Amino acid sequence: MDVFANLADGFVIAMTWENMLFAVLGCFLGTIFGALPGLGPSNGVAILIPLAFSLGLGPVASLILLTSVYYGAMYGGRISSILLNIPGDEPAMMTCLDGYPMAQKGMAGEALSLSGIASFVGAFIATWGLIFLAPQLVRFALLFGPAEYFALFALAFATLGGISSTNQAKSAVAAMIGLGLACIGVDTQTGVPRMTFGEVHLYDGIDFLVAIVGLFALSEVFIFLEHRHGQADASGKQMTIGRLTPPWSMIKSCTPSMLRTSVIGFVAGVLPGAGASLGSFLSYSMEKQIVDREGKTFGKGDPRGVAAPEAGNNAAAGGALVPMLSLGVPGSGTTAVLLAVLLSLNITPGPLLFTNNPDVVWGLIAALFIANFVLLAMNIPMVGIFTRVLLVPPRYLMPAVAMISFVGIYGLTGSSFDLLMMIGFGVMGWVFRKLDIPLVPIILGTLLGNQMENNLRRAVTISNGDWWTLVGSPLAIGLWIVAFVGFVLPIIIGRTVKSRMRRDAESATVD
Amino acid sequence: MRSDRIFGAFGVALAIFYIWAALQTQESFLSDVVGPKAFPVIIGVILGISSAIIFLFPDPEPHWPAFGRIAEIAGAVVVMVLYAEFLPVAGFVIATAVASAYLTWRLGSTVIQSIIAGIVISVSIYVVFHLLFGLSLARGPLGF
Repeated sequence: MDVFANLADGFVIAMTWENMLFAVLGCFLGTIFGALPGLGPSNGVAILIPLAFSLGLGPVASLILLTSVYYGAMYGGRISSILLNIPGDEPAMMTCLDGYPMAQKGMAGEALSLSGIASFVGAFIATWGLIFLAPQLVRFALLFGPAEYFALFALAFATLGGISSTNQAKSAVAAMIGLGLACIGVDTQTGVPRMTFGEVHLYDGIDFLVAIVGLFALSEVFIFLEHRHGQADASGKQMTIGRLTPPWSMIKSCTPSMLRTSVIGFVAGVLPGAGASLGSFLSYSMEKQIVDREGKTFGKGDPRGVAAPEAGNNAAAGGALVPMLSLGVPGSGTTAVLLAVLLSLNITPGPLLFTNNPDVVWGLIAALFIANFVLLAMNIPMVGIFTRVLLVPPRYLMPAVAMISFVGIYGLTGSSFDLLMMIGFGVMGWVFRKLDIPLVPIILGTLLGNQMENNLRRAVTISNGDWWTLVGSPLAIGLWIVAFVGFVLPIIIGRTVKSRMRRDAESATVD
Repeated sequence: MRSDRIFGAFGVALAIFYIWAALQTQESFLSDVVGPKAFPVIIGVILGISSAIIFLFPDPEPHWPAFGRIAEIAGAVVVMVLYAEFLPVAGFVIATAVASAYLTWRLGSTVIQSIIAGIVISVSIYVVFHLLFGLSLARGPLGF
């Protein structure tokens, strides 16, 4: 079969010593980023992108490094959920519900290793799903013209806010700020400067990496300064890990749950705007419905309640790569950051990626498989190392994170102006978080703004200035309808889902 | 309530400014049908409308920290700005050590711990990224 031949080529590309080293390094760093409360996958990848470029890594090597970080962070998020009852990142929220009670019963080691296995199952199944689904989607995407692409970008923005914010007006503002930032600089089609106000530094536009690192990483530092987290590590010390291998009977009883939730998670990941948090939430609630109808064991340390959300969120992480690679439209915050990786490597994701850069695509997919096995190995026997990382107090860690962010951006551009801009984005990120304005649409806007505008202008130019061409084909109309529904539906039902997610998580963290 | 009203009003003002700025764009004689102004204007309009909605239907007031905490963040911003400005002058190692020592101190370490942490963070970043990976960092008067 074609797919297997391609995959074999991918393994040949990925299996060099250098790339394997980057996979291991990425998995290790990713797990740490995931495990540390406050530093999620988006932060981890965001901080490392500029470094990967400043270090002059090639496209395949940087992709392998950064996707390993992505998968690793998805694995790592569970560690602090289980040990400290503090989710390492948002998707790991649901793992607190049964993971922490298990740890309190003295079964922390079993919970950690079981969730490691569940993560592996979820990610493994999702990677196969990616292999088979992405090429199908590519075939579909080849039918797209500029007008359809413009509609597709609109769809991405319309649906992205649905889950990440409770207020659609705020996600619209965020998206427009992002798109607005993308317009700054010399217009690519006519060569005239826009919104630069004569400032030469702005002629090149605002580097989206500056925006990403500022909004994600620096604003996190400000959040820490505000709360002065210092005691978060205290409770971890007394926790005994216990045995590090789950008994076979436990794995066996969890297997159906893991398989079911992997599928759910994968689908949630593929859907635009949903991402890993929704994947783990849906997985957990569905498993609760299926195996524990009376609500006797779930929430009190049921191993299936640990396996389900972990398989779900890792499967969603894989699923989210499908629209990102095949359409060039990310479905979640972290895949938006991964899109930034591709764009700064001068690789435009989308249907042509599969024909123009098959080495990148299949090398990446092979790297995902490798990362999975590396992570399984790292997370079962070596989980003790990562639990020790949790003991490093944030008061030493956050300054290091801030400084590494500065180094990355300075190494990339060598300009103090960009550093100042990054600080500005950091402050903006902090204020916006307070106001519950989602940051992901801003990032997506700065990333996709130029492409979106180019497609708009191309479409209208082709039709000799007729703007109705934007709704001129059934496909475009269909995309606009989905965009509209995706924007309006969360106003009706989104609040309930989001508030249920919050309530469940809060009820878990209160006691 | 009030924060969202302020933000909404600010957003409307920003939108008006943005549209005005977009209309100031000098058109080139070699332009396509749409031109460089249309897309920013569309963005400005949507930004204005959604900001107005936020102004009219504000969410509940977020939890703003006390004045002291905000001053803390402002202090960190000042230090970071100074860091960005003095990085090319003082060199990477010195500037980074000072900035990270300040942040460590403000996050609740003692002064001596902070100084040690600042030096450790700075030197280890320098060793790993400059000496090991060859990343070019700002060079100060002392050569590092």
